[in-house]
Amino acid sequence: MSTGFVIMLTGVLVASACALLGCFLVLRRMAMMSDAISHSILPGLVGGYFIAQGPNLLVGFLGAAVAGLITITLVEVLKNTGRVGGESAIGIVFPAMFALGTFLVSKYFANVHLDTDAILYGSIEFASFDRLFIGDYDLGPQALWIMGSLCGINLLFVGLFYKELKLATFDAGLAATLGFSPILLHYALMAVVSITTVGAFTAVGAILVVALMIVPAATAYLLTNRLPVMIALAVGFGALAAISGYWLAILLDGSVAGAIATMTGVWFGLVLLFSPTQGLVAKFRRTGQQRTQFAADTLLVHLMQHENTAIAATESQVAHLSSELRWTPPFAETVIGLALRDHLVERQADRLALTSHGRGRAEAALEHHG
Amino acid sequence: MSDVPLSINDLTVAYQEKPVLWDIDLQVPAGVLAAIIGPNGAGKSTLIKATLGLLPAAAGTISMFGKPYRDQRLLVGYVPQRSSVDWDFPTDALDVVMMGTYGQLGWIKRPGKQQREQAMHCLEQVGMADFAHRQISQLSGGQQQRVFLARALAQNAQLYLMDEPFVGVDALTERAIVLLLQELRNQGKTVICVHHDLESAPAYFDWVALLNVRMIAAGPMATTWTTENITRTYGGRMHALSDVAKVSA
Amino acid sequence: MDTFWELFTDYTLRNVALGSALLGIVSGVLGCFAVLRRQGLLGDALSHAALPGIAVAYLLTGSKAPLVLLFGAGVAGWIGTLLIGRIVRDTRISEDSALGIVLSTFFGFGILLLTYISKQNDANQAGLDKYLFGQAATLVASNVITMAILGGVALLVVGILYKEFKLLTFDPAFAASLGFNPHRLGILLTTLIVVAVVIGLQTVGVVLMAAMLVGPAVAARQWTHSLRLMIGLAAFFGAAAGVSGAIISVSDANLPTGPMIILSLTTIVIASLLFAPARGIVWDWGRRRRQRTLALNSAGPGSGLMLPATDPRPSVKKGDEQ
Repeated sequence: MSTGFVIMLTGVLVASACALLGCFLVLRRMAMMSDAISHSILPGLVGGYFIAQGPNLLVGFLGAAVAGLITITLVEVLKNTGRVGGESAIGIVFPAMFALGTFLVSKYFANVHLDTDAILYGSIEFASFDRLFIGDYDLGPQALWIMGSLCGINLLFVGLFYKELKLATFDAGLAATLGFSPILLHYALMAVVSITTVGAFTAVGAILVVALMIVPAATAYLLTNRLPVMIALAVGFGALAAISGYWLAILLDGSVAGAIATMTGVWFGLVLLFSPTQGLVAKFRRTGQQRTQFAADTLLVHLMQHENTAIAATESQVAHLSSELRWTPPFAETVIGLALRDHLVERQADRLALTSHGRGRAEAALEHHG
Repeated sequence: MSDVPLSINDLTVAYQEKPVLWDIDLQVPAGVLAAIIGPNGAGKSTLIKATLGLLPAAAGTISMFGKPYRDQRLLVGYVPQRSSVDWDFPTDALDVVMMGTYGQLGWIKRPGKQQREQAMHCLEQVGMADFAHRQISQLSGGQQQRVFLARALAQNAQLYLMDEPFVGVDALTERAIVLLLQELRNQGKTVICVHHDLESAPAYFDWVALLNVRMIAAGPMATTWTTENITRTYGGRMHALSDVAKVSA
Repeated sequence: MDTFWELFTDYTLRNVALGSALLGIVSGVLGCFAVLRRQGLLGDALSHAALPGIAVAYLLTGSKAPLVLLFGAGVAGWIGTLLIGRIVRDTRISEDSALGIVLSTFFGFGILLLTYISKQNDANQAGLDKYLFGQAATLVASNVITMAILGGVALLVVGILYKEFKLLTFDPAFAASLGFNPHRLGILLTTLIVVAVVIGLQTVGVVLMAAMLVGPAVAARQWTHSLRLMIGLAAFFGAAAGVSGAIISVSDANLPTGPMIILSLTTIVIASLLFAPARGIVWDWGRRRRQRTLALNSAGPGSGLMLPATDPRPSVKKGDEQ
């Protein structure tokens, strides 16, 4: 396998593992928890290093996962005091954990290779050089094994608890009454997020894990209403960002992790603009169409409301309409033209009257929106 | 025309591309205590918010005493829903009431002794003078609602718009609020409240607007509060039918 | 004690301590509004979003002057805020996701640009790098003066518009009904927070900035029920954390200033949450225990009366009708 291929494959695996969980974080409005966890892992890693008396993958993993769970618990505890808002709780806990980690590193491991830069940037560039050996047998790049396993674990987690996760995400109250503990599920999800974050940041660094967790999931959320489709799309966008990010990094000769995060943003931006349902362009265009459409409805309802009242005669005069409804005369002309064309109203001398077709539509509009 | 406190013509309001109020016409005469009544989702709060320009109107015009609201802010007092603010905010009752004077003060100018006395006077009117320096989170729901009313009094307005002033208050407070609102009306001011309790409505108010996405009927309580109008307002909404039955029984 | 006297004699320590104290004051004051408006993490997103601004400012001007770089940071942070607002308003994506999106993609872009710059010109990145973790130790007098001017302007604006900001924070709808445009006031307040972040980048860096805004405000909130006092206390706590962090880090060459400031601050926060009169958690435990014994003692025949351990804060539900 070429170096480039290993980097891209690692990136795709990281992105997939993150996107699987990210969908639930985005839907459960807990996106910033992944940010908190990714920063809080540092003291855990240091602790692991201290216990194992050196860099040990498994111990480091455990330490980091424990630190992740401590963070989650601390945030919950702070929130439950009722004295701190949820977002403030996060804003207190993770900088404290990160600062603690930095403090430990500088105090006790000043000369050791555990520099904070690597934690922020990650080292996906070296993915193909760090290899996993069993005895003397070279099993291939270690990062691929780690991320492959994490992908498997997350797939298993989401697959096994799909129903429960879905229920707890959309209706926590119902889930509780049906006997699924939303709290237990919350901690289980957070535990998997922690482990994934640990694995992923060796590849892409702490903050960029956040990009891969949240951004592809949010991108997918702009395109679909269905959870399975959203998960699939999120994985797809994550993989796309990993591959395009790799090439962007080659082009600029810059950090691969940074480029991947940048690309998640680029894809998000494109979808934000051009999504057929949620996109800004579509929305803008729809608003224009709907405005006239809606104005026509307003006209019909207006005429119907005043049909049998004493002031009907004045209320339905063309000139009166534009001033009363606060429409500019040209816009009023357009709307009236539209209504005349569709035979919703007819002109009687200088006033407008509803046709039976128009009355039907006015009633439908009221029913539909009421 | 200019003495009509509130005149709404052909108001249509859309919320996130969906219309929630259709072609509303409403003329509220001076010196009435009016209720806006309708089922949940009828757009009662929306109507108040649109009137105050807090929500944009898709069509139609609104005027207060003959001019648009932005020229008449000082004549209008507003009581939002109590649940719309965080009562754990670090401040006391007097300070909240003083916020009612901010409109008269305008930008930058700070409230002084005069505003403090004005606010204190308003707290006395709602029977809350003893609680002036109480942290607002330590007040009961009824007391919080009184503070909000006092804040509106501090606006010293001619027209009052109130969003559900009776929600979550105890019976004693409810009575006190009604008396206060009637007192305002007797002073010649106009009070409009969003209200959802059909039973108490005819006793509390002397004018009513029945709303369900469009204006069903509006006028003096005596002539407008008919079973037919109420049924038309709540018609088709199952949960409300029992309420209607209660009223006509 | 020696270190304390060095505050006044040692040039470096004086600058570091002054700079950190300034940061603490400015972010403490602005953090109060951010926390009360439930925007505690906005500072975090802003500080991360500022990073590419530093890189772009350098790429455009070739200058490493702090003022130029910080201006770039401010512009990028400001764009980030507007984007967050747009995403929340125009799509169904929730605010925390929008924060995360802007935070991580802007930051990633910043890292990409920084590494690009370093490959172009090896010697130069060192100067930009320090904004990641902050390097209070490298603060010189001119930096401190810049910080003082920026922070002073921000505080002045808060002083002038105190009444408006208070109203905006407590009841934006009422503010709007009085003619104070909450949208514009909100943008102004966020712009001031960007200023605080910009000051913080040099001292505590991107990652820890979140705590500088949230910590002092949360600690101060526990001690008082008055906004004015809360703001004063937050400024004091921020400054105290800044100075003590600076002293600790100077006393031991191995300790970086930013993390020590944050750890001092965290200590203040924990102490306030536990021991502040009225709101301290410890007193709650005490009260509850006393009530329990009281209830046990008085539980004679016919006296079923027991004071319920009620929470004085009513639960608040937001927006029940559109």
